[in-house]
Amino acid sequence: MRMRWKNDLGWSAVTPQQDWLNRRQLMADAAGLAMLAGPAAARIPAAASRYSTDEPPNSLEDITRYNNFYEFGLDKGDPARNARLLTTDPWAVRIDGLVDRPGSYDLADLLKGTPMEERIYRLRCVEAWSMVIPWIGFELAHLLNRVGVQPGARFVAFETLLRPEEMPGQATRLLDWPYREGLRLDEAMHPLTILATGLYGEEMPKQNGAPIRLVVPWKYGFKSIKSIVRISLVAERPKTTWNMQAPREYGFYSNVNPQVDHPRWSQASERRIGGGLFAPRIATQMFNGYGEHVAGLYAGMDLAKDY
Amino acid sequence: MAPAAAVNAAARRVPVPAIYALGLVPLAVLVGRGVMGDLGVDPVKTIEHDLGLRALQFLLLGLCITPLRRLAGINLIRFRRALGLTAFLYVALHLAIWLLLDMQLRWVEIGADLVRRPYIVLGMAGFAVLVPLALTSTDSAVRRMGAAAWRRLHRLTYVAVLLGAAHYLVLVKAWPIEPILYALAAAGLVLLRLWPAARRRAAA
Repeated sequence: MRMRWKNDLGWSAVTPQQDWLNRRQLMADAAGLAMLAGPAAARIPAAASRYSTDEPPNSLEDITRYNNFYEFGLDKGDPARNARLLTTDPWAVRIDGLVDRPGSYDLADLLKGTPMEERIYRLRCVEAWSMVIPWIGFELAHLLNRVGVQPGARFVAFETLLRPEEMPGQATRLLDWPYREGLRLDEAMHPLTILATGLYGEEMPKQNGAPIRLVVPWKYGFKSIKSIVRISLVAERPKTTWNMQAPREYGFYSNVNPQVDHPRWSQASERRIGGGLFAPRIATQMFNGYGEHVAGLYAGMDLAKDY
Repeated sequence: MAPAAAVNAAARRVPVPAIYALGLVPLAVLVGRGVMGDLGVDPVKTIEHDLGLRALQFLLLGLCITPLRRLAGINLIRFRRALGLTAFLYVALHLAIWLLLDMQLRWVEIGADLVRRPYIVLGMAGFAVLVPLALTSTDSAVRRMGAAAWRRLHRLTYVAVLLGAAHYLVLVKAWPIEPILYALAAAGLVLLRLWPAARRRAAA
């Protein structure tokens, strides 16, 4: 005989609405405290995007306390501890190279009139863990179109701030500072590629790459360079930090690819952060699950060779 | 009383079980942090790294015993087995966490890692080397094997600590300082043991 489910809760067990709302307020306050490293700011108005995943995002605490940002230290907890030193206002981004309107742009001018979107993306780290992050940002193509890309440009090069007095990690020679990254122009112009200035509806926390960072969701996380001060349109493939450090391990493309392992570890599966001790490993998806949008960029290429 | 003699006199009053108990303190702290929810954003990695690091630390402590006696006259040999077995406990837990919580018994990936990944090969070899040493860490095993054969077998400790240090060194990105220091400590302690042996052979 099948047992019928029986509800033994009555209306008396229901939490009064006011208490329930208070609880949400408490949680919001706690989240605000966790963000002390970043300036408090009003919610950034942002439109929803069809590119957002419906997977549940990681908590703000996970996202702001587990960061690879070697400028602030090697431990994943170091950026949350050390990034408060960083001055993010004033902030200027130099845009140069093969562009019609080169110059040093104040961040506020860059953002003026730019429509913001919320993009909830998967982020897959080359270390085989992943998160889901609700970024606030805009398409890089929007900015590149504004400054005018000249015909000879084939790549976009990015640089992170070099300021050892505020970035203690830069006192070490661990990487060849400043951190550099690059994209092919068609990758940079792709609608999935964004410059993010916030997450969870708030200004970008410093440990996550304030005030402005790149997000390229189909590539390993280290391609998504943080705290950008320079964007150059160039003809030749630019040098990129991890590729310079270990070219066999970190390719220029570094597309998420479960079939091409890191020479020292497998990329076939990943651990989704936030699930606790017993969260199951999940299979890593080609292009981090964004293949329907970006696979065409690499048609005819051998991705085992151009990793 | 000379400092070494004072240390030796104090050490004689410490019962061996106290060393076993002290060896379990880091594990208790780790469990406590787990109960308190204080293992950080990625608890699996925190546990895995903590256990691995403890294993390496106890192996290195065990390797300090003989040089301490030879160079400083401090005799702590009674405690060496406790240090070695504690190291083995942490290695075994470290491996179990990797298999169960990190790789989650995905045997195909584990098998591929065992063949292809230098850091896994090194770590696994280190564990394999320690198994016979743990199994023969009893008085009766020493008697059965004879002291000379037992000592020869237990020289594998040097191999194990070098494998462990190399395992740590090749699993990190770039060249952070901590694994380099552990590797230098392991290499230094092993050299310290090989060097007098070589000198004795040269003199003979």
